[in-house]
Amino acid sequence: MKFGVLQFPGSCDEVDALHAARRVGDAELLWHGERDLKGVDAVVVPGGFSYGDYLRAGAIARFAPVMEAVIEFANDGGLVLGICNGFQVLCEAHLLPGALLPNANRRFTFRQVDLEVVQGDTHFTRACTPSLSIPAKHSWGRYYTDESTLDELEAEGQVVLRYASAQNFNGSLRDIAGVRNAAGNVFGLMPHPEHAVDPLTGSTDGLCIFQSMRLAVEGARV
Amino acid sequence: MSETLPQQQDAALPTVEDALALGLTRAEYELVCEKQEGPPNQVELAMYSLLWSEHCAYKHSKKLLRTLPTEGRYVVMGPGENAGAVDVGDGLVCAFKVESHNHPSAVEPFQGAATGVGGILRDIFAIGARPIAVLDSLRFGEATSARSRYLLDGTVAGIGHYGNSIGVPTVGGEVYFEEPYEHNCLVNAMALGLAPRERLVRSAAAGPGNVLVLFGASTGRDGIGGASVLASAELGIEGGTAAEGGEPGPSTFPSYDDKRPTVQVGDPFEEKKLLECSLELLEQGLLVALQDLGAAGLTSSAAEMASKGEVGLDIDVRRVPLREPDLEPFEVMVSESQERMLCVVEPAKVDAVLALCEKWEVGGTAIGTITDSGRLRVFAGELLVGDMPVRALVDDCPLYDLAPARPSEPVYPVPAPVIAPGASPRDTLLALLASPNIASRRPLFEHYDAIVQSRTVRRPEQADAAVLQLPDGSALAVSIDCNGRRVAADPYRGTIEAVLECASNLACVGAEPLGTTNNLNFANPEKPHIAWQLTEAVRGLGEACRALEAPIVGGNVSLYNEGASGPIYPTPVIGMVGRLPDAARAGRLGFAREGDTIALVGPFAPSLPASELAKLRGEALPDGLPDIDVGAVRSAQFAVRGAVGVGALSSAHDIAEGGLATALAECCLAGGLGAEVELGGALVHGREAVHGSEAEHGGEDSGDPFEALFGEGSGGFLVSGPVSGVRSLGRRTYVRVIGTVRGQELRIALGGQSMNWSLEELSSAHQALAELFS
Repeated sequence: MKFGVLQFPGSCDEVDALHAARRVGDAELLWHGERDLKGVDAVVVPGGFSYGDYLRAGAIARFAPVMEAVIEFANDGGLVLGICNGFQVLCEAHLLPGALLPNANRRFTFRQVDLEVVQGDTHFTRACTPSLSIPAKHSWGRYYTDESTLDELEAEGQVVLRYASAQNFNGSLRDIAGVRNAAGNVFGLMPHPEHAVDPLTGSTDGLCIFQSMRLAVEGARV
Repeated sequence: MSETLPQQQDAALPTVEDALALGLTRAEYELVCEKQEGPPNQVELAMYSLLWSEHCAYKHSKKLLRTLPTEGRYVVMGPGENAGAVDVGDGLVCAFKVESHNHPSAVEPFQGAATGVGGILRDIFAIGARPIAVLDSLRFGEATSARSRYLLDGTVAGIGHYGNSIGVPTVGGEVYFEEPYEHNCLVNAMALGLAPRERLVRSAAAGPGNVLVLFGASTGRDGIGGASVLASAELGIEGGTAAEGGEPGPSTFPSYDDKRPTVQVGDPFEEKKLLECSLELLEQGLLVALQDLGAAGLTSSAAEMASKGEVGLDIDVRRVPLREPDLEPFEVMVSESQERMLCVVEPAKVDAVLALCEKWEVGGTAIGTITDSGRLRVFAGELLVGDMPVRALVDDCPLYDLAPARPSEPVYPVPAPVIAPGASPRDTLLALLASPNIASRRPLFEHYDAIVQSRTVRRPEQADAAVLQLPDGSALAVSIDCNGRRVAADPYRGTIEAVLECASNLACVGAEPLGTTNNLNFANPEKPHIAWQLTEAVRGLGEACRALEAPIVGGNVSLYNEGASGPIYPTPVIGMVGRLPDAARAGRLGFAREGDTIALVGPFAPSLPASELAKLRGEALPDGLPDIDVGAVRSAQFAVRGAVGVGALSSAHDIAEGGLATALAECCLAGGLGAEVELGGALVHGREAVHGSEAEHGGEDSGDPFEALFGEGSGGFLVSGPVSGVRSLGRRTYVRVIGTVRGQELRIALGGQSMNWSLEELSSAHQALAELFS
């Protein structure tokens, strides 16, 4: 099982994601200017401020050469996880529905948040317990889409994670913290599971996301 | 570049008046003429005026700084480089330094604070270390002032904008609100970096024939004159520099509009690329020397590299990539455009260096060569537009002796009382917890990313010091501190207290000090009473660092911090880095387990003058603080550090602002547990040895419960744990068992009185800053 973690100029959490992924498999960085995914089994689009997040968070990164390969990989059913800025990039690339708007408080905010796993049977949450404590830190994390799409997402089981009661500091509609695509192979979330993999630095509740991906990849191989 | 062309003959050479306007004195101008063997031209005068400014030359502080201890067993790189560095074992060094960006932040808080962070980060990666943490130390006027809130808001946003975007966690800091900072806020930023020992690089240029490469952002007109006009003069009102004895303007909402062009604008994305590019250049062994461009831009960087390497430099300003056309040569040389680095490269490696700059999308350009002339020569294409001896530029600025005199009258205004006379101890604790100097900093620090890079073992409010894990399982601890009010009351003892406080914070997480950095923020040193503050503070700093074996590895001096309302409190901000052997045993400040024994540890002798309570009561500063037994405090630190390090304690917290009762409340709130405490006669009557000690200490029979509960002083710790663990401390220091962790209330019995507070009411008082910052 090998994860590939994208690296854009301005990525900040790519090394954290690399180390988190290495707790459950092999992992390597994939440079934004390359189109070759080097045969990885799953892609992680990490947090940070790709290309400075100028224009709009994720708006420039979606045009990076490596993203052409990621889009193709996703369309072929490959597993793609977007964390924070990565979630924004995947929305901009239309691999995921909706958009991330500036936080309701209009400030970058860092908090440890409690999450409710709404869908525990996805490729990304199969190994997770029903509630998770994971840090979130962002300025553009308010999940938004129109009402009918929200209804549809909920009906189709695409809302995977929600902020627990009183934890939704960014004003996300319907407390949505993470969504998947209709096919179930692309998943994005604003909180940072890669920062919750070591008891010394906080919780280990984020590890289950990476473990779930491993199960999905190895299950697909069997 | 031709060596034969004559120097540009400028018809209108600048005059002595131009030199005065740039901040030089008449005598300094004459000395420049002597060094130049004639009047300097515009380029030369601009460069001298910057390099001979207080900011670059430390001309009023250098003699004092030479008295500080700078050597020790962990020191790998001392003062003089971009940052200092200490050995942290396992082949790694920790680079660290604190710097100020006070005047730019007073003029434009967001960009001032942001570029302050950008500047200190460049200092760290300029010596080859990856920045791993930022801390900040902020001072504003009273929190009730609209201007303070505006500055606080902009500063926090600016620090967050830069640190968050570049992927370096902001792990700690401090902020105080005091009237003397109303017109001159302080914004100090400290950064830490980590490097393999052999990867450290110095800034000395070497090897005539080698190439000088500038990389990073292009150069524009931003920040021109920042070091001289902005950083080395008092902040005036309505622009302009406040002359001594001059008439101050209106005292509220001063406009610094005409200084705004001297503030630089930061771009963290550009710096993130610059950082990664610099570290990769070093990793591939492509550089001879590296230096960041900070205050005084290319002028300072080039001159310092040449001076350290005892070489000369030829620079062609025409090759410098410009942000806007038609910059004059002197503008190119003095621009403070951010996110630029300068390196020295062997000719054969230039192509590889430029290719790597290309990869990271940071423009790289060869702009000059190293020579053996000992002169810094500036060309505009073929034309020689400036020619100066490097030595004169960097080393020959006159140094001034201070004329210190202890002030005969109080320097600072008496604060307005904000607490009712005769307030009960119960109400007093709530008022203290709600005081902006003590209230929870969560509304501020939650706008900073404290965890990126995955090293943060203790986040803000989890422990007295931030703790960052290292690859070998050990950890770094770092603290930044200074209580300016206490330094104002007694510059010598107040500074010792600040150093001790940092070391006590480290002890509470189990860390041993490795080294210290400092930022000396003072008012105008040409005034005798300010010179006295500075001299006394540096004396205290040196003594304390010697006693703790925590030498100074680098720092910064920021003078002329005064505005229309007078001088700031003398504020020698201390940053201290330590190491603990086992990251898993890092201490916490919050009570952790029902039934744990609570003890007061150390030679704590609380007193009220200069305390937070004295301020709330509207009392004038005392003339002097009580004597400190530094050896006894050090023993207590040693004991606490040892007990934390072997896991004997559940919590450890240093007693600081607001005294013992405030510390108890903080431990309760951090752990979500109550406490039952019986102070009995221990503090009020000054003598009670529980274990191992017969010494007399404490309230000296004053009988004042306020002193026992809220008095301040060095050397007090509040610890909790199993009774055996707590008592083990008594082999080395004073220990008094005072209570038990229990329930959801804080109960204190003292001299026949009993008080109690619910955790909810303590917490509600402690959240007072949220209302001020929203």
